[in-house]
Amino acid sequence: MSANLSAILYLISGVLFILALRGLSSPETSRQGNLFGIIGMIIAVSVTFLSVGNFSSGFIYVLIFLTFGGSIGAFIAYRIPMTAMPELVAGFHSLVGLAAVFVAISAFLNPEAFNLGSPGNIKLASLIEMAIGGAVGAITFSGSVIAFLKLQGIMSGAPITFKGQHFLNALILISIIVLTFYLCTTQSSNLFWILIAISFLIGFLIIIPIGGADMPVVISMLNSYSGWAAAGIGFTLENTALIITGALVGSSGAILSYIMCKGMNRSFFSVILGGFGGSEQSTKNQNKEQRPVKSGNADDAAFLMKNASSVIIVPGYGMAVAQAQHALREMVDTLKKNGIKVSYAIHPVAGRMPGHMNVLLAEANVPYDEVFELEEINNDFANADVAFVIGANDVTNPVAKTDPQSPIYGMPVLDVEKCKSVLFVKRSLSPGYAGIDNDLFYKENTLMLFADAKKMTEDITKNL
Amino acid sequence: MEIDPFIFRLSIFILSIFVGYYVVWSVTPSLHTPLMSVTNAISSVIIVGAIIASLSGNDEAIFTSSSIYGFLAIILAAVNIFGGFLVTQRMLAMYKKKKKDK
Repeated sequence: MSANLSAILYLISGVLFILALRGLSSPETSRQGNLFGIIGMIIAVSVTFLSVGNFSSGFIYVLIFLTFGGSIGAFIAYRIPMTAMPELVAGFHSLVGLAAVFVAISAFLNPEAFNLGSPGNIKLASLIEMAIGGAVGAITFSGSVIAFLKLQGIMSGAPITFKGQHFLNALILISIIVLTFYLCTTQSSNLFWILIAISFLIGFLIIIPIGGADMPVVISMLNSYSGWAAAGIGFTLENTALIITGALVGSSGAILSYIMCKGMNRSFFSVILGGFGGSEQSTKNQNKEQRPVKSGNADDAAFLMKNASSVIIVPGYGMAVAQAQHALREMVDTLKKNGIKVSYAIHPVAGRMPGHMNVLLAEANVPYDEVFELEEINNDFANADVAFVIGANDVTNPVAKTDPQSPIYGMPVLDVEKCKSVLFVKRSLSPGYAGIDNDLFYKENTLMLFADAKKMTEDITKNL
Repeated sequence: MEIDPFIFRLSIFILSIFVGYYVVWSVTPSLHTPLMSVTNAISSVIIVGAIIASLSGNDEAIFTSSSIYGFLAIILAAVNIFGGFLVTQRMLAMYKKKKKDK
């Protein structure tokens, strides 16, 4: 296949990837978008086979490995529970990162295959590009592995900090730049290996100090990194499809990080510098007086909701942990049968990744036009009779609006307290991930329902 | 004077960042999780590089030090491509609109 024809076909597959993302602007067009993405991928892979034109026994091995990896991927995709999406995405990011590292290594060892010169005499631009692609890929890999371990609960979600952390990180980042420079002048393979090794190390070091509540930002950030790594490799391979995709994914992840940071009123740098959720606890314990809380049971909750004319549900990460989304939808069905208007309110950072709650509700067959974002629904709380908070905490805390001393001050929150009454399903009075006491617990119109979210919801349904 | 082809690729890159910026802002927030899984799948187009790397050997030496990394990258990228697109499809199939007759 001629180089020009394959370049055009790569461009087409890049355009199809753009359309795949464009499709996600509404759920109706999204499935078609995904199809465009798949076609784009098939084109890119087929063109590569045809342009390499080597259908010897190596080709058979490629197909075997492709099928092997593909079956693992397909198996995971069908078996994974929707509640585990954050872990899955973090795990997938690590694979993209590692693949980028492997391609960079391969190009470094055998530059002739990629038309980049010969070993020890690689074109300068290509060398810089593969160093960047490899380093960013390595950071993506080790960072995503840590994020995965934290989300799985294998590693504690608490931030791990030590003295001189920022200094060490800065030192490593500077040495990455210096190493890249010397790599270009000496073409030494030792320097290349050291560069990859310390990039793995820095990825690990920048994620360990970041706490569980900041995971939505971390995942989006790693999403962005995986894109930049792909773009770096795309420049090395002079491949348009890869460059376009890398840029798309890179900017997509960056935008999601921005949205998540804004949802928490935190600057991107304060998230990266880490340590949220650990340091505040000490100051909180001092002014913790025992305040009275009203608690109730499923019967009380059912009574309140039965007499309401509109109910707003506020789900959070706790709902995912308790797998309560199906029970919740059954409760809502019963409410609707009684002529009660029900809608769902979702905070941008509810859950552990962007859009986490929406997927869970969709899984439980909740129509997406009953689910609203913070800005769309926040004014409705004042007119609603009951707010049913299930598994959310910090995102409903009125302290964010009233107390400038609070670490979450200024964060946009759902105005749950404006409802006539608030039902708060929670296992105990313990603070949320941010380590802050929620004022909502002690309000006159709040009824605490201390129980497992799923069990409580089922009990309420029985009592309706 | 002739323009270095690198500049053309750089132009594509910069313009794609802008395209990405506008396209992603138009993605509805309720689809942010599928957005992440689909971007994951498409970034695995890096498999293109892996295929070139693994087919660099000849019939006598299919597994060279360089092509082995290519084969490993193929496995990783294939997991991502299939896993990413299929899980996205599974998620998107769940998003339904309210039934009118209810």
